[in-house]
Amino acid sequence: MNRIVSLFQNFNQNTDSSGLSSRGLLNVYFTAGFPELNDTTRVLKALQDGGADLVEIGMPYSDPVADGETIQQSNDRALENGMSVRILFDQLKDMRETVSVPVLLMGYINPVLQYGIEAFCAKCAEVGVDGLILPDMPMDVYLNEYKSIFDTHGLLNIFLVTPQTSETRIRQIDEVSEGFIYTVSSASVTGSKSGVSGDMEAYFEKLDAMKLRNPRLIGFGIKDHDTFAKASSHAAGAIIGSAFIRVLHQSTDLEHDVIAFVKNVKNSSEAIPA
Amino acid sequence: MESIAEKKSYQVNDRGYYGTFGGAFIPEMLYPNVEELRENYLQVIADPSFQKEFNDLLRHYVGRPTPLYRANRLSEKYKTNIFLKREDLCHTGAHKVNNTIGQILMAQRLGKKRIVAETGAGQHGVATATVCALMNLECIVYMGALDIERQAPNVARMKMLGAEVRPATCGSRTLKDATNEAMRHWINNPVDTHYIIGSVVGPHPYPDMVARFQSVISEEIRWQLKEHIGKETPDYVVACVGGGSNAAGAFYHFLDEENVKLVAVEAAGMGLTTGHSAATTALGKPGVLHGSRTILMQTEDGQVVEPFSISAGLDYPGIGPQHAWLFESGRGAFLSATDDEAVQAAFELTRNEGIIPALESSHALAILGRLGASEHETVVVNLSGRGDKDMGTYMKYID
Repeated sequence: MNRIVSLFQNFNQNTDSSGLSSRGLLNVYFTAGFPELNDTTRVLKALQDGGADLVEIGMPYSDPVADGETIQQSNDRALENGMSVRILFDQLKDMRETVSVPVLLMGYINPVLQYGIEAFCAKCAEVGVDGLILPDMPMDVYLNEYKSIFDTHGLLNIFLVTPQTSETRIRQIDEVSEGFIYTVSSASVTGSKSGVSGDMEAYFEKLDAMKLRNPRLIGFGIKDHDTFAKASSHAAGAIIGSAFIRVLHQSTDLEHDVIAFVKNVKNSSEAIPA
Repeated sequence: MESIAEKKSYQVNDRGYYGTFGGAFIPEMLYPNVEELRENYLQVIADPSFQKEFNDLLRHYVGRPTPLYRANRLSEKYKTNIFLKREDLCHTGAHKVNNTIGQILMAQRLGKKRIVAETGAGQHGVATATVCALMNLECIVYMGALDIERQAPNVARMKMLGAEVRPATCGSRTLKDATNEAMRHWINNPVDTHYIIGSVVGPHPYPDMVARFQSVISEEIRWQLKEHIGKETPDYVVACVGGGSNAAGAFYHFLDEENVKLVAVEAAGMGLTTGHSAATTALGKPGVLHGSRTILMQTEDGQVVEPFSISAGLDYPGIGPQHAWLFESGRGAFLSATDDEAVQAAFELTRNEGIIPALESSHALAILGRLGASEHETVVVNLSGRGDKDMGTYMKYID
């Protein structure tokens, strides 16, 4: 079974029996090849050791329009380091010897198209990637041209919804989604707003009331234990990106700082001073 | 204007594609904005009150119709019949204003309060700031930090017109980065803002909408040419292509007449093989850029390459999806001119006809000798803009 699917199944079973809905799943994003080219697997391993439930590895792109300054700069740095899709697959080739958490690749569609969609998906399956987040891939293109390829290689495609997404489209996205729905908390690019406002809570409640078939992870504006806990009370969990990139940027001891950050976010009482 | 509500075979299909190019490759955050535009744009354009206001402004404010002028000395030199479509005489100095007039009226009808735009050399930024002043809408223009330094007079014009000019400081700090920033601004302000894209690029319906607003160029060429030579169709229509809005407008009403040769001229920069070029069809391959599937200059890994041209208006790594389709289908001939050839052509036009062209338009003029047009044939060159903004560059070539 796909690791993402089984993660959420187990989570649901545990939540149902214990009723602990605030203990959310944590998905952490980081850019491949950042801060240094060969840090990818170190960061990945440390995220798992710290307790991240899922990991989203960003494939750097020269023109990431949905991303704010922090992630853009990490993309630029990674590209300067020489990062590419080819090198990423090479770095991840033995990942499943040590990493058991679900791994997603996030990125923009052009580098994937240049690699070749078929070859890309085959390689994802080979190294043990479970799902893809390609924000600028249109739904109709996915359904008509790529879905069968994704299916062949056991890859889930994760769709986004935003506060501006209409109810009809949310239903449509829920229908074609598997794994989870990436719930963008506010009208913004990544990293530009922080916190969970009253407006957002109304939007999260609306989604809850829709009784979607897929679980949701909330992203954009999640940066620490408080925002993570708050988001998790409205969904299966939350996604942290920019705040973690800032940690990597400032880090002098990668493993230690990554583990401390994740522990901090998941449970503030176990905080380890950075 | 009736005619721009029609659909033709090289035009966009109902799924938003030109052949295999086009579409709307946008993140979900932009989907409602683009969808709102897609659902409404044809209806708005077809509305008689829109058409009246658009046509009145083109006539009384922009100064249309622009002349179609027979360039006698140039014709004599190239032993053919050369006509210049004088878009350089439009208010603000280039064809760009045809589109911004159309889009500001669109934004008003969609109830938008604020306009965001990107600009390279500043021509589209000035044309956008101009219509925002005219319609009293707030205007934010993103411009690459490097371009802000290079194009000071246009930055000053935008500021005087009341626009806020914001530098794009990431990436290469030029047009493609300004476009990224304008898109991000639209993501952050989805409800009250309209994004006025300056060329026939971006997600569907932008390439089609901008082409329709620019199609007035070829609409006028047809009846004006009839007055000159007794028939509506030339043998060649020549236009420069960066993103390709002036070419899209000049080609529009000739697309389905295969006896009219459509010639697009890209900027070769220092030369096709120098690594300092913006000739997209020569150096690029299919991919996705700024929301549409098109041809773009990119690395083997699919990273967008920074182009180079002496002309900031042609300094773009892609072309509009319709142009990509014209190229791939063979309907259009795609040539290129180097920086030096363009400057030489600018001096040639100036000294023979007393018209100082923009550096962009000079690329179209630069291939006249390579066209092979006979003395019985007719060539229309779209003179998309005037050269005032380029005097600094031209002066360097005067001994």
